[in-house]
Amino acid sequence: RSTSGAEHESARARVAGAERGWRRGGKCGAAGIRCVAYNNQSNRLAVSRTDGTVEIYNLSANYFQEKFFPGHESRATEALCWAAGQRLFSAGLNGEIIEYDLQALNVKYAMDAFGGPIWSMTASPSGSQLLVGCEDGSVKLFQITPDKIQFERNFDRQKSRILSLSWHPSGTHIAAGSIDYISVFDVKSGSTIHKMIVDRQYMGVSKRKCIVWGVAFLSDGTVISVDSAGKVQFWDSATGTLVKSHLIANADVQSIAVADQEDSFVVGTAEGTIFHFQLLPVTSNSNEKQWVRTKPFQHHTHDVRTVAHSPTALISGGTDTHLVIRPLMEKVEVKNYDAALRKITFPHRRLISCSKKRQLLLFQFTHHLELWRLGSTVATGKNGDTLPLSKNADHLLHLKTKGPENIICSSISPCGNWIAYSTASRFFLCRLNYEHDNISLKRVSKMPAFLRSALQILFSEDSTKLFVASNQGSLHIVQLLEGSFKHLHAFQPLSGTVEAMCLLAVSPDGSWLAASGTSAGVRVYNVKQLKLHCTVPAYNFPVTALAIAPDTNNLVIAHSDQQVFEYSIPDKQYTEWSRTVQKQGFHHLWLQRDTPITHISFHPKRPMHILLHDAYMFCIIDKSLPLPSDKTLLYNPLPPMNESDVVRRRTAHAFKISKIYKPLLFLDLLDERTLVAVERPLDDIIAQLPPPIKKKKFGT
Amino acid sequence: MVEEESLRVVRCGGSELNFRRAVFSADSKYIFCVSGDFVKVYSTATEECVHILHGHRNLVTGIQLNPNNHLQLYSCSFDGTIKLWDYIDGILIKTFTVGCKLHALFTVSRPEDSVFVIINKEKPDIFQLVSVKLPKSSSQEIEAKELSIVLDYVNQSPKCIAFGNEGEYVAAVRDFYLSVYFFKKKTTSRFTLSSSRNKKHSKNNFTCVACHPKEDCIASGHMDGKIRLWRNFNDDKKYTYTCLHWHHDMVMDLAFSVTGTSLLSGGRESVLVEWRDAAEKNKEFLPRLGATIEHISVSPAGDLFCTSHSDNKIIVIHRNLEASAVIQGLVKDRSIFTGLMIDPRTKALVLNGKPGHLQFYSLQSDKQLYNLDIIQQEYINDYGLIQIELTKAAFGCFGNWLATVEQRQEKETELELQMKLWLFSKKTQGFILNTKINMPHEDHITALCFCNAEKSEQPTLVTASKDGHFKVWILTDDSDIYKKAVGWTCDFVGSYHKYQATNCCFSEDGSLLAVSFEEIVTIWDSETWELRCTFCQRAGKIRHLCFGRLTCSKYLLGATENGILCCWNLLSCALEWSAKLNVRVMEPDPNSENIAAVSQSSVGSDLFIFKPSEPRPLYIQKNISREEVQWGVFVPRDVPESFTSEAYQWLNRSQFYFLTKSQSLLTFSTKSPEEKLTPTSKQLLAEENLPTTPFYFILGKHRQQQDEKLNETSENELVQLPLTENIPAINELLHTPAHVLPPASFLCSMFVNSLLLSTETKSAEEIPEDIDMEEEKESDDSDEENDFSEKVQDTNDPDLGEDIIHQLSKAEEKELRKFRKVDYSWIAAL
Repeated sequence: RSTSGAEHESARARVAGAERGWRRGGKCGAAGIRCVAYNNQSNRLAVSRTDGTVEIYNLSANYFQEKFFPGHESRATEALCWAAGQRLFSAGLNGEIIEYDLQALNVKYAMDAFGGPIWSMTASPSGSQLLVGCEDGSVKLFQITPDKIQFERNFDRQKSRILSLSWHPSGTHIAAGSIDYISVFDVKSGSTIHKMIVDRQYMGVSKRKCIVWGVAFLSDGTVISVDSAGKVQFWDSATGTLVKSHLIANADVQSIAVADQEDSFVVGTAEGTIFHFQLLPVTSNSNEKQWVRTKPFQHHTHDVRTVAHSPTALISGGTDTHLVIRPLMEKVEVKNYDAALRKITFPHRRLISCSKKRQLLLFQFTHHLELWRLGSTVATGKNGDTLPLSKNADHLLHLKTKGPENIICSSISPCGNWIAYSTASRFFLCRLNYEHDNISLKRVSKMPAFLRSALQILFSEDSTKLFVASNQGSLHIVQLLEGSFKHLHAFQPLSGTVEAMCLLAVSPDGSWLAASGTSAGVRVYNVKQLKLHCTVPAYNFPVTALAIAPDTNNLVIAHSDQQVFEYSIPDKQYTEWSRTVQKQGFHHLWLQRDTPITHISFHPKRPMHILLHDAYMFCIIDKSLPLPSDKTLLYNPLPPMNESDVVRRRTAHAFKISKIYKPLLFLDLLDERTLVAVERPLDDIIAQLPPPIKKKKFGT
Repeated sequence: MVEEESLRVVRCGGSELNFRRAVFSADSKYIFCVSGDFVKVYSTATEECVHILHGHRNLVTGIQLNPNNHLQLYSCSFDGTIKLWDYIDGILIKTFTVGCKLHALFTVSRPEDSVFVIINKEKPDIFQLVSVKLPKSSSQEIEAKELSIVLDYVNQSPKCIAFGNEGEYVAAVRDFYLSVYFFKKKTTSRFTLSSSRNKKHSKNNFTCVACHPKEDCIASGHMDGKIRLWRNFNDDKKYTYTCLHWHHDMVMDLAFSVTGTSLLSGGRESVLVEWRDAAEKNKEFLPRLGATIEHISVSPAGDLFCTSHSDNKIIVIHRNLEASAVIQGLVKDRSIFTGLMIDPRTKALVLNGKPGHLQFYSLQSDKQLYNLDIIQQEYINDYGLIQIELTKAAFGCFGNWLATVEQRQEKETELELQMKLWLFSKKTQGFILNTKINMPHEDHITALCFCNAEKSEQPTLVTASKDGHFKVWILTDDSDIYKKAVGWTCDFVGSYHKYQATNCCFSEDGSLLAVSFEEIVTIWDSETWELRCTFCQRAGKIRHLCFGRLTCSKYLLGATENGILCCWNLLSCALEWSAKLNVRVMEPDPNSENIAAVSQSSVGSDLFIFKPSEPRPLYIQKNISREEVQWGVFVPRDVPESFTSEAYQWLNRSQFYFLTKSQSLLTFSTKSPEEKLTPTSKQLLAEENLPTTPFYFILGKHRQQQDEKLNETSENELVQLPLTENIPAINELLHTPAHVLPPASFLCSMFVNSLLLSTETKSAEEIPEDIDMEEEKESDDSDEENDFSEKVQDTNDPDLGEDIIHQLSKAEEKELRKFRKVDYSWIAAL
């Protein structure tokens, strides 16, 4: 390890106070998951959370969260679906159907369905029609036009709200789950064919109402329903009769998803368990098949609100904020790391920024920002010690946004005098004045119209310039003056593309700006000359972190497949080291890591070091040392101090990895001798959630 | 009648009924279970044992119905044979000799001619599942040597192997894997569970397996209480399983119902769980079954289940989970503290039974009569828990009183002791708790005896304890204004120089009480409780003490720990004789002067029968058991035997039973093995009611006419016509199953002849003989053959079928010769 232990530990001690504040701060980043929708064509997964945020995960790119749409207080999403190929729609309790623009990363339009809150939505098997189930019991059919959706007609109105909908794969019939019954509609006539009454009985006790949380229509006419009495039931839609009933939970079964081949489905319960059902032959030599409950999985502590079934995995999300991807072993061809269970909890982007000069941390929450000053210590100690704080961390500022929209991004300038943040419709810039212990905040008013919404905000190292990536695909450079600002330049996107830029990096000398979008390569701009300098060759996997090294102006790029490139901006080519790395390849364990690198930084005095971290580890790559081969240990524990230098030198390699952190959200170098790390223990998140359903555990 | 056969040690009942799964007959009327060397046939309705299938020479290890003839039963044994039985009549049909020890038996309907057995060949713990081809042959003894290995390295227990889908595949479990062998494809798939490496899966071991009767589904039970249902196992990759978890401890056995709609499981919780539709939420329980469920079986008709329990009990359970019958054998899974006693009323053997209970076990019917709950507390089955133990019990006053002592000692200084006195209630025909005495002594009670003198007007009980005292308890009036009652109080406390009291014993007339204090025997007058005299031989602590009886009542016997047996004369107060004998058990015969002593040596245990008056033993039987004999008791005979030989006279009025360390209950018998092996002539159910066949009408008509004739000519007719029941030829013909009878042509002449009324009336002679035989058969109790008896039995199996043929062929010649002499003049009268 290159930074000495004492330095590092003191940083830990100092940040302790800040951590505490962070914990108190309430909801951070992740809210409970409400819906997931899997798109088979693009192998992408759309996830909506209870705060209205919609995230897109690219399952091919190592489950990287490549896009996100900020939430809105009034826009509680209840349904999410892909239609007409790659178009994403959501519907919620405000009664609106929303389509998202996956290129520009904003809401394309919102349309009121005029049926009260929408509880369910599903796209037709052909993808040309959209069906929504509303509070007032109406089922509405919409036609999807190339740039909008158009109301077509209503189906027979039902007594109570439509909580679930499913199309027959041929598109001729629809099953709709309501309260206490399931209706089967004929699409052509729009009339109800069957009404299948669901038993209210729950373990012999009559519950008030039986809510059909989910239905699935299979091509053989079977309708599978899941309900609040804990039952999974199979119905024959031709006769409207119950065929089989499985009681699987003591609580609600809240979600169902069927595989495309219709040979397996998955249900999620309020107890946090998901059950897998498979269509298996009764005997090996007969064609008769039956649905059998096979494996239960308990990866959640709280309600599993939604499930999805990809060809190779079961995907589930719930109130406990985890997105769990459980591969089906029998479908996995080779036992590589795709066959491993994935649990995604934290957003794959930075929510914290740091003012190195004033030792301030800015934390971004859904609806407010918090500014903390780090505590400090005068004590010294050995490696591994936790030092007492001589000065506690201060909560300096609590900045609430106006309006219902969530904060997209935020940043504090390195000098600590400026704070900038943005919601979906407004951009805010504030000037901070420090007078001894007092702080005064002054909002810079009259922001220009083009700065309406930003995806990423970055201050230059000397805090004189502000770089803003807007969701229109353009990059703005703003000159900051005392109490005012001046718009310097806007780099417009290349003609024809509207792709938004999500990641920015500026060189410490302020002359280069690197920006990366969701798919295209990284572009480097010359800030002095205000022109595009070069484009880094495109790579298959999305960029997860960017940084420009001081002095050498090498651009270090981390991709979602754990590849790290170093690109020399002045030379417009990959550096020698990067070429060596690519030639030799990374260690297989490094490539098997499943959380993306979210931050890269450099040590000002040690140019050979690259500091990077993801949620579970912190790594220093020492370019001067040889790369590890597959045979050597990647995660080498600290060699004992008494071991001879020879041994240490022999085992040493470029990667120094520390995994002592609980989920690590942020780690950066404050100065040459201090690191700041922000941890977010999972227990704290769980503690903030509503209590899970109590289950009697034997022996307790 | 009884010839002077040599005396042999035989096992007498009390064998494990729970050794293997019980098997139901196809109509659920009978239940079969292995019991030592025998197979017992019980009626499911009445719980009565209707047949004992004798024939194996070693432990029976497996029974299965013949899938192709549900009236036949296969059994296999450690003696290396597979036997086919007709269970309705209790007849051995065929014996297939395989040659090596057979550990379990499985039958499938196809292929018809083979069965599957578990054998171990080379190493002691490597077991193989092999199929045995049973050759078709008309002979009774057939060699079956055609073995083919199906699965190697299987578990010894038959619970770990199951055949599924009508014998298309076989599933075997062992340790952490499940192997499935497909007979058609001739392939084996193996599925392994993650094993002990991490803590979570450390108890993943398989314990048992069962196959769904209709679907391709295998249920496996595990050490951690989980049940896994495997499906799609014909695909090595796409196999899948689901878990059912209710048991908190190891799943002992699993069984599917006949239709496969429900799965039954049981374990140490003593709860039978029925999983309906293999769903975790849909389960039914039958709790409080008393002891760990060892096996579960299902009747082929589907209406009954049965569970075998660790306390040697089989419970027959109705389909709606209601226990309908209990077949209880001798409870043996716990150590015996009370020793063997005889209940004077029922003549039942009394000893420790279920935890906290005394069991009353009928030796004659090899059946538990009832359990008396002594401790009257819920038994918590938990490992490491120190339980209350029932340590002593004694009957007094001709079975009117029962005294019991229970103790619990958690630490050295904390002794909980309780003595209970039970009065036999004539009204309820059971013992009722009369007096409960907390801490009757300060320390362990070492002996307990009632004064059983006939003339004693007051019931008296003496307890001796390690605290140095003996206490005399008497029954006194305990009436108050509410009710008349009696109760026990302490009458006298005696001690002798602070020595620990180790034994106590009343003389036959109740006038003297002998209490031993370590090495010293003290004699007390029971009237005044005065110390009369002391005997001290300085030969070690007294282990056993008893007075002589009848003519020998002036003698007192004491056996010491150092292996000296002393006999004192109470009149002269001197040592009469002493002998060097390491006595383990000393029991006086209540009906004679005889005393039995069992000595222990390194080779085995020897039995000595002697009278106190003579130091020379009456009878010595060497090496009665290789193990240590722990307890013994004389059981008075209902019908006295009449052994003329001097050596066996001691067995005339009582029978001696003893219990070894491994809890086998043994006794002595003189009956030859052949005699003991003749199948009981008892017939099943409506056996006496002949079906209304044309044959019956002939017989019936014939008998009617006989009766009429008898009435007419009863006075002057000299010839007494035999009844059809009494004609042995007819009896044999009717009571022998058709498949073992010789050809009809063979029997015809004899049969016809027996019906013919010959003027010579030959059959009259046969009648008394036949009755005699039956009598003897009835008196034949359930004594069982002992496998380590030194006198080796004859090897040729008595075979009924052969016997008949043999007899008939002999008789035939005579019969034929007589034919001419017979007077058929009566035919004209018809």
